[in-house]
Amino acid sequence: MTAIELDQVSRWYGNVVAINGITMSIGPGVTGLLGPNGAGKSTLLHMIAGFLPPSRGSLTVAGMASWHNPGIYRTVGLVPERDSVYSFLSGEAFVRATARLHRLADPEAAARRAISIVEMADAQDRRISTYSKGMRQRIKVAAALVHDPQILLLDEPFNGMDPRQRLHMMDLLHGLGEQGRTILFSSHILEEVERLSGTIQVIVAGRLAASGDFRAIRRLMTSRPHVFLVRTSDDRQLGASLIGRPAVTGVELTGRGLQVRASDYGAFSREVAVLARDHGIRLREVLPSDESLESVFAYLVET
Amino acid sequence: MFGVQGRVIAAITVRATMGRKRAFLFAIPGVVLLMVTVALRLGHPEQASWPAAILGVFGLSVVMPLTALIIGTSVLGAEIDDGSAVHLLATPVRRPVVIAAKYMVATALTMAFVAVPELVAGVIATGGATRLALGVFTGALAGSVIYNAVFIMISVVTTRAIAVGLLYALIWEGVLGNLVPGARLLSVGQYSLGIANSIAHDPSLNAALTLSTAVVMGALVTAVALVIAARRLASFSLKGEPA
Repeated sequence: MTAIELDQVSRWYGNVVAINGITMSIGPGVTGLLGPNGAGKSTLLHMIAGFLPPSRGSLTVAGMASWHNPGIYRTVGLVPERDSVYSFLSGEAFVRATARLHRLADPEAAARRAISIVEMADAQDRRISTYSKGMRQRIKVAAALVHDPQILLLDEPFNGMDPRQRLHMMDLLHGLGEQGRTILFSSHILEEVERLSGTIQVIVAGRLAASGDFRAIRRLMTSRPHVFLVRTSDDRQLGASLIGRPAVTGVELTGRGLQVRASDYGAFSREVAVLARDHGIRLREVLPSDESLESVFAYLVET
Repeated sequence: MFGVQGRVIAAITVRATMGRKRAFLFAIPGVVLLMVTVALRLGHPEQASWPAAILGVFGLSVVMPLTALIIGTSVLGAEIDDGSAVHLLATPVRRPVVIAAKYMVATALTMAFVAVPELVAGVIATGGATRLALGVFTGALAGSVIYNAVFIMISVVTTRAIAVGLLYALIWEGVLGNLVPGARLLSVGQYSLGIANSIAHDPSLNAALTLSTAVVMGALVTAVALVIAARRLASFSLKGEPA
């Protein structure tokens, strides 16, 4: 069953086109909406969530139009990007209030269940204002899950999380997807979706740039040539050994350090540290010099 | 009659509104009204009509709209501004229920912070539960009911609710209402004065509208404002990411 269906959806603000003729269908499992900042991910997610009307095209969520239709929130849960919640409430009170807004038969039990899913039981009686960024994100997910929705939408759920919180959230989303729910989240950081297999939809400049299996797109992204700037205690010696590695296609000594072209991001990242250690060279800095997201996505659009 | 959803929204709204630093502002106009009344009472002014002037011109035409403005624009407007309204709106709650709950809280708070001080000031000024004291109290109750509908509507329609509300209260009601008789027909302040005067019968209140006009127009304005607010809230949209 297709949970979310977009057909030629466009959205513009005055003369500015934010979303340009996107057609996609999203089914059960985890789907990542990926793209650089300003690409239109939030606009798209807001339209799916019923908080923005499409300028053109048709958009259905669980078979219904989402704009002007609060009824969809019986099957949809939304985790908004902004972190403004009723911070004077305790986490438990916030989730329970949401359960009552959904008119659930047993709001206390529903709140307890949702809070245990996000593992926030220990902190549930503290005010939300005392929570860390990651805890706030989790309590927002609990509130969005309290009515056991089939579809969960999350806008930049990993923003501001530390790596541990991020892993936890990824495992959580992964588990929810395994249960047959449709999980759609947006992100502008490739590495964030590393542990989330499944499908991704890449949005660049308001258009759908790539769509499909995460691993295939990930390979496309990581197997492109990369340029690194490496500063070490002995640039020349490290350069000599680097050029012997298959993952490295070029080395240049520059005034700022060693400029290395690598054909394989992952292999180079692993090998450079090993090589340096084996030769007793200190690595001062390893900087991916063309790692701006725009260049990564631009590469993807070209292929 | 109100349902669990309305009760939840009302409870959260009371906590949010009274918990904000702004909350102490609600009390200031009423406290000033009481202080001025007590000072005048102790000063024994020679003009016999001073209670009507302070209770009507200051109480109903200044304290009332100012307090209702601060309360009416914050019960829902603050949530819309900081984005927390999304948590409320991403639930199947019907939008008119949201408006009704917010409106009831705003009206009750305004009654507590304006109508009650107005009654107390009336009793102090006139020396008892006189027609004037009861009249301005009733006028203030009516003002709480009508003003909050208007200010909640403004807070849903525009993000500059305080500025728009101030312009309405100062320019429309304050200046045009005094100069152009027709503007009084669309002036909430005149509705509460008209209702107050139907009990007080005091020419110093300067009421321009009859009771029936005030009640009919007040009910109409309240109903229209609340319907517009609910419709606009149904179209609540989130801004996209900054491009």
